[in-house]
Amino acid sequence: MQDLNDLYQEVILDHNRRPRNFGPLPDATQSAKGHNPLCGDRLTLSLKVEADRITGISFEGSGCAISKSSASLMTDAVKGMTLDEAITLFDRFHLMVTTPIDEPIDKDAEAAVGKLAVLAGVREFPARVKCASLPWHTLKAAITNAPEPAKTE
Amino acid sequence: MRIHPAPAAPPAIFDVAAIRALFPALQQQVHGKPLVYLDNAATTQKPQAVIDALVSYYAHDNANVHRGVHALSERATAAFESARKTVQRFVNARSDREIVFTRNATESINLVARAWGDWQLNAGDEVLITAMEHHSNIVPWQMACARTGAILRVAPIDDYGDVVMDEFARMLTPKTRMLAVTHMSNALGTINPVGDMVKMARSVGATVLIDGSQAAYHQAVDVQALDPDFYVFTGHKVYGPTGIGVLYGRESVLQAMPPFLGGGDMISSVTFEKSEWNELPYKFEAGTPNIADAIALGAALDFVQSIGFDAIGAHESAVLAYATAQLSAVPGLKIIGTAKHKASVVSFVIDDIHPHDIGTIVDREGVAIRTGHHCAQPVMDRYGIPATARASLAMYNTTDDVDALVGALARVRQLLG
Repeated sequence: MQDLNDLYQEVILDHNRRPRNFGPLPDATQSAKGHNPLCGDRLTLSLKVEADRITGISFEGSGCAISKSSASLMTDAVKGMTLDEAITLFDRFHLMVTTPIDEPIDKDAEAAVGKLAVLAGVREFPARVKCASLPWHTLKAAITNAPEPAKTE
Repeated sequence: MRIHPAPAAPPAIFDVAAIRALFPALQQQVHGKPLVYLDNAATTQKPQAVIDALVSYYAHDNANVHRGVHALSERATAAFESARKTVQRFVNARSDREIVFTRNATESINLVARAWGDWQLNAGDEVLITAMEHHSNIVPWQMACARTGAILRVAPIDDYGDVVMDEFARMLTPKTRMLAVTHMSNALGTINPVGDMVKMARSVGATVLIDGSQAAYHQAVDVQALDPDFYVFTGHKVYGPTGIGVLYGRESVLQAMPPFLGGGDMISSVTFEKSEWNELPYKFEAGTPNIADAIALGAALDFVQSIGFDAIGAHESAVLAYATAQLSAVPGLKIIGTAKHKASVVSFVIDDIHPHDIGTIVDREGVAIRTGHHCAQPVMDRYGIPATARASLAMYNTTDDVDALVGALARVRQLLG
């Protein structure tokens, strides 16, 4: 059962049980909706951006343990970052979860994502990669103020 | 096999171990555990007889149909038309002219929504469906209504997953030109009283299409007894290959209906000024058909008939009753869809554990179930849930399979508590 525990690590289970930054953000300056049509997960991400820096962030919605914990970890990670830094982290995270299982993860990416590395286990579960990446696609949409809801498809 | 307190014992003549041995895919291990395949409402596994029919066609008889005078073309044509007769017997149609081969049930419904809908629907007409339809019996009608100005109406379902028949009767009016209803719900397992529904629709002059995708592999279908104008099903759920579906149409309706796709095979003569349509059923089969899969579908239906729906139905009902009892006893588990008349599907949720997590974890125990909205998002909305986990049975499932699922769910609880 080693591989199941790779996916459902203690940190992930903890963020699933007690998601951080969960709820509305009354003074949000921008937001975006994300939708994974495969499983029906829906997520709303709200940002408070001041002078190109994320000073407030929260998420709402329903989802599986992977998408909920990924959203929770992400909001913790990007709070206080500039928008450029958050986009760079998006790229690194995306590279990590989409690296084929038989290839090593880029060292720079692994170092950059820090605590988020616990989500690298989704690589063993191709159907679940989108669960982990949905919050990130939604963050990117919120930052770029995309008019369409973010999708994983 | 272990002894279980199943409510009704399957008939002695039905030897499930012998039947399982006929399905090669069931003999494998997944993640180091014996495969427990409980995703039959999505697609069933194939018996060796079906695989052999495909191989034999391509190895010996491969040729185009209805056009060659050489030996291979004659053999291919004979096998293809023999499969059509097998389908005719399977649904008890009056004539093989009433059996049209398509890609799947979805294409069959689209064929009717296009050819019949564009011909017969006018602004203000109504198309009635039910709230338990899956997307393939919703979207083609939405598109037909958008083209014609007709109105799509939806008969509601109750908390058990039954159509509310009073409302259904109220919504059937002389404005109703088409009733399109599923024989059996893929998400809830409900079996609709389609015989009564057809009679009610007839009394207001409506045309009727029944979507038999789920029903066709659980129970015998008799289109003369049910008496719809159209009955559709897909090959891959009734132990046949993917890529082949069936449209049964009443001969008088098919005769009057304009064609769907144009091209070779569906014409009797072509000039640049005008073409004349071929006779039934070829009028609705443009281009080279899916010959191999039609022949293999015939092999699948012969296989099912050789076992018989009396035996299959009795076995599946016993396993469903056992599954319902065992799953109901799982702490926090709630079954979605508890209609009195249902078959072979148990949809469920467990507290606030997301079905996607359930699906991943039980998969690692070798148990294959479907998780998600089952291509029936309105059904999920009806119950206020994003998704369910669904175990769905076929003739080869056993009470041991149910025990494996229940065991795997304990692992879900242990991990996600």
